[in-house]
Amino acid sequence: MDLVTFRSIVLVVLFIAFCVMVVWAWSPKRKKSFDEAAHLAVEDDLLNNNSKEVQP
Amino acid sequence: MSDREIYDDKVVRQFAVVTVIWGIVGMLVGVIIAAQLLFPVLNFDIPWLTFSRLRPLHTNAVIFAFGGSGLIGTSYYVVQRTCHTKLFLPKLAGFTFWGWTLIIVAAAITLPLGITQSKEYAELEWPIDIAIAVVWISYAVVFFGTIAKRKVKHIYVANWFYGAFILTIAVLHIFNNLSIPVTWTKSYPIYSGAVDAMVQWWYGHNAVGFFLTAGFLGMMYYFVPKRAGRPVYSYRLSIVHFWALISTYMWAGPHHLHYTSLPDWVQSVGMVFSLILLAPSWGGMINGMMTLSGAWHKLRTDPVLKMMIVALSFYGMSTFEGPMMAIKTVNALSHYTDWTIGHVHSGALGWVAMMTMGSLYVLIPRLYGKEDMYSIKLIDVHFWISTIGVVLYIASMWIAGVMQGLMWRAFNDDGTLTYTFIESLSATYPYYAIRLLGGTMFLVGMFVMAYNVYKTIKGSQAVSVVVPEPA
Repeated sequence: MDLVTFRSIVLVVLFIAFCVMVVWAWSPKRKKSFDEAAHLAVEDDLLNNNSKEVQP
Repeated sequence: MSDREIYDDKVVRQFAVVTVIWGIVGMLVGVIIAAQLLFPVLNFDIPWLTFSRLRPLHTNAVIFAFGGSGLIGTSYYVVQRTCHTKLFLPKLAGFTFWGWTLIIVAAAITLPLGITQSKEYAELEWPIDIAIAVVWISYAVVFFGTIAKRKVKHIYVANWFYGAFILTIAVLHIFNNLSIPVTWTKSYPIYSGAVDAMVQWWYGHNAVGFFLTAGFLGMMYYFVPKRAGRPVYSYRLSIVHFWALISTYMWAGPHHLHYTSLPDWVQSVGMVFSLILLAPSWGGMINGMMTLSGAWHKLRTDPVLKMMIVALSFYGMSTFEGPMMAIKTVNALSHYTDWTIGHVHSGALGWVAMMTMGSLYVLIPRLYGKEDMYSIKLIDVHFWISTIGVVLYIASMWIAGVMQGLMWRAFNDDGTLTYTFIESLSATYPYYAIRLLGGTMFLVGMFVMAYNVYKTIKGSQAVSVVVPEPA
């Protein structure tokens, strides 16, 4: 296989990998799980009820 | 497991306090060398105080002492809070603090003595390099061990960024510093010529990409949502931009070696990957900023959030500027001029330092059982002094850099150079003065912060925070 073919294959493989990752990340069935994960940064404040959110 | 586990915050407190101290030290040395460029007499003809020896002291102090302590300290805090567990091997974590601090002291002694490997950002000689490797691997064991024993299902995105930073810096540091010792204070790299240069800038650019970017994005992904009181804007975007960022940064290093003896195709690879980097970088910036979406009013009253949003703005600006400067034709103008210095400081002061300071303002009261910092007013003062300082710094260096680039490439009709080098230097003087002013303002801001931190900590008790029980 010559170098140009190899490079072209790598490019296509990487492009497909990127597309798969985007589809994986935006799949609706992962939304709940991601929401849980995103809450890890703020939950201790919500639990302790001293969040910056509770101001007039 | 006892039912009242307490988070290991002592090491976090230690790192948080020294971060402020190292910030002052590193920026003070920066101000001194900025003054030396304006008034060369300020080295007093003492070898230890020459620009050539103090400049690596400045870069090592701000990157590894200030930035490094800030990153290690916050990562120990974040990984515990988001994994609902104490640190893995807390004694080893304590060792990383004392080890890292001793390494910084060793750097502060050896660099002014002129003991150096002469590799940018990797100046420290081989015995210190081995110590760094030992401390860093211990840090990795503590961090990844904590993730391994987590009590929650997910690994929060901040930990992904911190993890990438820790792993990559271990690899970069070890491979770039492979050398043959000759004496205790002298070694020669195992690489030579263009290969040595390429390894050095593979290291150098990834120090920017993983130390000064991925690490601080980890900080951003925890402390911006924390301060804003709402989860990150898009968790999905954070996943996509994480993988895109870490797989792209690795290949951008050759842009430091445009028009050198490095093979041309390697330079082109570096240029193309640098251009691609714009997308994942802006993914992080947008994600951080949009976390405030629906809560923009907080920017009016909260100087800590202002600091973080300005940090993200500078991140966006410097990650636009960087790819642009990596284009060969732009680089032909910008390289070796003060434009590069301006670019670096837009990232280092604007992004890295502002994000660290903002995060410390969130972290320190929590570590000492306070509702908030001693004075919000002083945070606002700090915010304005440092923001104006950065703007003066980078604007003067832009003008100086473009001017130098244009003067150096100007030819007369007969092919001779229009300007001598010394003419470009004397034309730069006013801008060196503005830069010194900007840098001094930034340092003053750091002193304001130190006072605020001192008043917050004074008389307060270190708090014990209980690890939440599994639901």
